[in-house]
Amino acid sequence: MALDRWLALVILLICLAYGYAAYFTMDALLPPIMKRSPIWPSSFPKVLVIGAILLSLSILLGLEKSPDKSDAADINLSRLHEYKVGQAVLLLVLMVAYALLLRPIGFLAATFLFLSVGSFILGERRFGLMILVAAIAAGTVWYLVDVVLGIFLSPFPMFLSGG
Amino acid sequence: MLEGLLAGLSTAFTFTNIMMVIGGCLIGTFIGMLPGLGPMSIIAIMIPVAITIGDPSAALILLAGVYYGAVFGGSTSSILINAPGVASTVATSFDGYPLARKGQAGKALTVAAIASFSGGTIGAILLMVFAPALASVALLFHSSEYFALMVVGLSAIAAFAGTGQVSKALLMTFLGLMMATVGEGVLFNAPRFTMGVMDLQSGFGFITLAMAMFALPEAIFLVLDPGRSKTGDGSDSGKIKNLRITREEARKITPVIGRQSLQGFFIGVLPGAGATIASFLGYAVERNIASKEEQEEFGKGSVKGIAAPESANNAACTGSFVPLLTLGIPGSGTTAILLGALIALNVSPGPRLMVDEPQIFWAVIISMYLGNLVLLILNLPLIPYIAKVLAVPRNYLIPFILFFTLMGAYIGQNNATELLLLVGFGICATLFRFADYPLAPLLIGFILGPLLENNFSRAMQLYDGIGFVWERPMTLGLLILAVMLVVLPGYRARRARLRAEGVADGD
Repeated sequence: MALDRWLALVILLICLAYGYAAYFTMDALLPPIMKRSPIWPSSFPKVLVIGAILLSLSILLGLEKSPDKSDAADINLSRLHEYKVGQAVLLLVLMVAYALLLRPIGFLAATFLFLSVGSFILGERRFGLMILVAAIAAGTVWYLVDVVLGIFLSPFPMFLSGG
Repeated sequence: MLEGLLAGLSTAFTFTNIMMVIGGCLIGTFIGMLPGLGPMSIIAIMIPVAITIGDPSAALILLAGVYYGAVFGGSTSSILINAPGVASTVATSFDGYPLARKGQAGKALTVAAIASFSGGTIGAILLMVFAPALASVALLFHSSEYFALMVVGLSAIAAFAGTGQVSKALLMTFLGLMMATVGEGVLFNAPRFTMGVMDLQSGFGFITLAMAMFALPEAIFLVLDPGRSKTGDGSDSGKIKNLRITREEARKITPVIGRQSLQGFFIGVLPGAGATIASFLGYAVERNIASKEEQEEFGKGSVKGIAAPESANNAACTGSFVPLLTLGIPGSGTTAILLGALIALNVSPGPRLMVDEPQIFWAVIISMYLGNLVLLILNLPLIPYIAKVLAVPRNYLIPFILFFTLMGAYIGQNNATELLLLVGFGICATLFRFADYPLAPLLIGFILGPLLENNFSRAMQLYDGIGFVWERPMTLGLLILAVMLVVLPGYRARRARLRAEGVADGD
């Protein structure tokens, strides 16, 4: 089964869960006075989910013939073995690590690590330049966002700023 | 209209706002050149900045400046290194890059800048004429017509986005609408579909979603396929000399610019069509009506081939502001993000905007003229320097793009969960791209979702049920139009296929 139909299956399952909530559990919480209104919080979702289920079924069952796509220049799953999947996965893991570390170790350290490890993953081996670029960038962005624009960004680790 | 114009002039011509235009255009050009960051991502990154400014006119002027700058920056990288940063400048690379290869990059850039300037300016004049007229019609609309109009917009976007795969585009639209129902809506004071997660109480952040749908997959593709980005050699970018064009060339491109500005504008007004379609169509039309020997030149460095898509895409960008400002309905991903920004700034675009807050409306139009002027007289001479950004090696460029997407989602929210959502949605979006699901319909559905539900609910309450659909002829007409937009392409494709197989007979 092609990827687009697998995705349609996943969407269908999500829709079923969403639809179950809309049709069976949401209305139970509704205060009686609201039940006299022609529109309930669940009305719009109920309409949506029927459309989404029908559409995902139509893709899953292949009702609409998709045009032959042979655009070699664009991204293509059949060339997956040529792609640098490892690098992409590592960078995504790095982004998750950034999200988790941003608060505990502060913006400056997290950003410095993100930029330097990121370019390391991509194959950069000039460590001096790497560290210099990452340090300048982290400092500049923090200065622009926090000082110039006035959007608060906690710069230092949590134990230093008392938060 | 005149007093509105004057109010707009006095708003736009303050020092701050002129700086906003100049700054926006420069930032837009700078980032728009980078592969992987199109106007949508750049505007999404700039929204927290714009919101901090607080003044809606200034914020909107900044974002509009960024938008033009980004489109112009995209053309620059198309011409210099054949790497369009944006889909709408792909057609520019057909003739721009060959001309740059001949050592005439400066000329190609000048033609592009003049064409963009004229397209944008003519577009702004047309916007000034058409938007008030359309808005006065739109004032007669009730919530049921708004509901129907949004349905038309969404189905038009789906019909255009998924050529031959309307069901995928529609499914994405529905998914976007469903995601918009998560969290505590304005209509009902109760959280919906949050599964008890506190962070979902206020729903998904639209900047997070915009980043995850566009910037992140593009960055991941740059990592996956190193051949996709042609940055880093820097060999062509250093040689921009001689920005002049000859009188003969100017004479050649003038009619092209005139025609394509008009055509581009009207294509831009249509929901779903937008700058990409306008630029390709403009290129095709001009090639078809050119004389025989000029046709030969197309694709080898014809100045007409640069002028046509450039004037068309800029006029279309301006045209796409018409439905946004008069109806509050975005026709493209970029204007959908602008709509999100406006809502965040407590401005509700629509026909009332021109009546209630004329200074915002007119300041935006004035800033369009200014923006185009800035691009022509400020950015063009700076291009040789700005183009140095193209020489940034990939090993540094990609971590920075990823970092900017993270920042866009984090700034203003200060919520690390948003970043995890960003990565999660980004992975989903990448899978969707691999499977040929268009992503713009999802985002537009997500942004229009609350407005759609609001108008639907109001109409339901007013008519005490679904009766408004047949009691208001205009609503019914619009809804029928929406169905036709979705069904017709599929029907025609099916008939063409059957005919090709020799089954169809009769007509």
